[in-house]
Amino acid sequence: MSEPSSSTVDPEEVARFDRLAREWWDPKGPMRALHRLNPVRLAYIRDEVCRRFDRDPRSLRSLSGLRVLDVGCGAGLLCEPLARLGASVVGIDPASANIAAARRHAQQGGLAIDYRPETVEAVVRGGERFDLVLAMEVIEHVADRGAFVAACARAATPGGLLIMATLNRTLRSFALAIVAAEYLLGWLPRGTHEWEKFVTPEELGEAMRAAGLRILDRQGVVYDPLSGTWTLSRDMSVNYMLTAGA
Amino acid sequence: MTTPHRPRAEPPSWRIAIAGGGLAGLALALALRRAVGAPVVVTVCDPALHRDPAQDKRAYAVAAGARKMLQALGVWDRIANGAQPILDMVITDSRLTDPVRPVFLTFSGEVEPGEAFAHMVEGGALSAALAAACRDAGADLIPAGVAGFSSRGSHLAVEIGQGEHQQVLEAHLLVAADGARSRLREMAGIGWVGWSYPQQAIVATVAHERDHGACAVEHFLPSGPFAILPLRPGGPLGHRSSIVWTEASASAPHLLALDPESQRLEVERRFGLQLGAIVLETGLQAYPLSFGIARRFVGERVALLGDAAHVIHPIAGQGLNLGLKDSAALAEAIVDAVRLGLDPGGGEALDAYERARRFDSFAMGVVTDGLNRLFANDLLPLRLVRDLGLGIVDRMPMLKRFFIREAAGLAASGPRLLRGEAL
Repeated sequence: MSEPSSSTVDPEEVARFDRLAREWWDPKGPMRALHRLNPVRLAYIRDEVCRRFDRDPRSLRSLSGLRVLDVGCGAGLLCEPLARLGASVVGIDPASANIAAARRHAQQGGLAIDYRPETVEAVVRGGERFDLVLAMEVIEHVADRGAFVAACARAATPGGLLIMATLNRTLRSFALAIVAAEYLLGWLPRGTHEWEKFVTPEELGEAMRAAGLRILDRQGVVYDPLSGTWTLSRDMSVNYMLTAGA
Repeated sequence: MTTPHRPRAEPPSWRIAIAGGGLAGLALALALRRAVGAPVVVTVCDPALHRDPAQDKRAYAVAAGARKMLQALGVWDRIANGAQPILDMVITDSRLTDPVRPVFLTFSGEVEPGEAFAHMVEGGALSAALAAACRDAGADLIPAGVAGFSSRGSHLAVEIGQGEHQQVLEAHLLVAADGARSRLREMAGIGWVGWSYPQQAIVATVAHERDHGACAVEHFLPSGPFAILPLRPGGPLGHRSSIVWTEASASAPHLLALDPESQRLEVERRFGLQLGAIVLETGLQAYPLSFGIARRFVGERVALLGDAAHVIHPIAGQGLNLGLKDSAALAEAIVDAVRLGLDPGGGEALDAYERARRFDSFAMGVVTDGLNRLFANDLLPLRLVRDLGLGIVDRMPMLKRFFIREAAGLAASGPRLLRGEAL
C-alpha cells in the first residue's frame, strides 16, 4: 500500500482523519478505556514475546527485527509502541477511516508503520507471515470466530506467537462490560459490545487448538476501581488474554 | 518473507529535561541514565550548577530507604565516609525552665540488621557525589536555568538561558524540580495550596566536647522542636552536631541579630550541657517554614518533583527523603513506560507517577503539620495528651516498629529503588 499522491488528497478528509486520530489518541477521550488498559496489555505482550524469542524485556529495542501483525489495529494504540520497541509492524483494520487516522498519527510521530485497510484473510492470501500476530479486543466483534482464528494462526510463522484478548461470556462480564462500562460509567459508547458474541476461554482455546496452535499462557485482566488501574490476575471472568504458539 | 518492508524508524531517542539541579533532580537524572542509558537523553538545567556544591554545609538526615536508593545508584560509597549513622533517637517534651527533660520516646537500634534508622550527610558532599555520578552516567548538566517552554504536540520546546546564549531544547518531558516557589509549576498552570507557619527554622553546626554516641535528640519546646543531629567527628572540640531549631517568627530576627557569644548562650540553653562545652562552628541561618502541596503533580508533558510538588514542616526530617521518593517513583514510571515503547511524557507514565506519590506526600504533610501543631503548644492538657500518646507508642514495640519503618521509607509498597533494587 502507498499513500495517495498529495494532489488527490481532499483537505476536508484529512481534517476529518486528524480529528478521528485525536479522538483515538486522547487519553481522556472516547477511547480512554483502551488507554488505561494499554500498559498492562503491552507489558503482557512484550513479556510473552521476550520469553518466546529470548529477548531482554528491559531493552528499549526488545522487539528489534521481529515482524508483527496487529489485526484490528484501530488508530495504532498498540502498533506505535511496538514499532518503537523495534518491531516492523503491519497494522490492519477493515475501517479505512481508522487506517487513515493511524497513518496521520504515525507520520506526525515520525514512525514507519505499514497500515492497510485489509482483513487478516487478505494478508494470509498475500503469503505474508509474522513472528507475532495480535488480535486484541477483536474476536468479540467478528462474525465467524473459527475462520477468524484459523486465519490469524496461518499468519504466524512456525515458532511464532498468536496473542488474543477478549471478554468472557459470564454474568460478571455482562454486569461490568455492558451495564457498568457502557451505561453507568460511560467508558464505552453504548452498543460497543454484544454480550452474546463474547467468547469463553474454553471456546477460544478450542478454536486455537483446532487451528493447530498450542496454548502457552492464559491470563485474566482485572480493574481495580480504587487505584484506577488494570492488573494481571488469575480471574478470567471478565477480561482475559490467551497466548498460543504456532 | 515475501514483500519488502519499508525502512524501520530510527531508534527511539527520548529527551527529558530536568529544571533544577538540587538533590532530587540530580537523583532522577542519575536513576534514568543508569537504568536505560543512551536512548534516553537527560539534561539537567540549573544556574547553580556553576557553584561549588562543597559550600553547602547543611546537614540532611538520609532515611534508610533513601540510603538504599543511593546505594543502588552507586552514590552511597562516594559519601559513606562522611556519613554519620543515627543509631538512637530520643524525644523529650519540655519547657525551657524545666530542670529535667523527661524522655518520652526512644528509638534505639537498627530498623533491620545492618541498617541504621538514618544517616546524617552534608548537603554539599551529597550534591557533589550525585553530580559526578550523573556526569559519569552521561547526563548533560547545563549551568543555566529554564526560562520557559511551549507545547509542540509531540514534545515541548524548552528555552534554556537568557539573551544571546539562549538555546531551545526539545523535550518529551519537562521535570520541574525548581523548588517550592517553582516558576515552571506556575507556567504549567498548576495551583498550589498551602500556608506559612509563624515559625522559622534556624540551623547551625555546633562543636562539643563529648561524643554524641550516634544519638539524635529532639526536644519538643513550646516554640517548636529543637533537634540535635549527630555529625562525623571533627571541628574545634573534636565532636560535632547539627541543630535544627524551630523558633517563633517574631523572635527569630532578634536571635539572629545577637552578638556571637549571646547566640552561643541561647543555643546552649536549649542544647543542654550533656555533651560538655559547646562552640558554634557556623553562624545561625534562618529559613521560613511553610506547608504546601501542588493541586496536581503533573501537567501536559510536565511533572513536579520535590519541593516544587510539596513543602512540609521539617519536624520529622522528611523533606529530602520525600524528594528522593519522588525521584524514585518518577524514574520508575518513566523507565517502565519507555520499556513498553510508551512516551515518557504521555498520560500512562505521568498518571503512574501521580498515583504513586500524591497520597503519600499529602499524608506526610498532614502528619508533620499535625505533629507541629500538637507540640508547639504550651497548654497543659495538650502536653498531657501528647505525652500519653508518645508513652503508648513507646510501650508497644509493634506500633513503634511500624512508625520507624514508615519514617525510614522502608514500607513494602514503595518504589523499587527505595528497596535498594535496580530499575
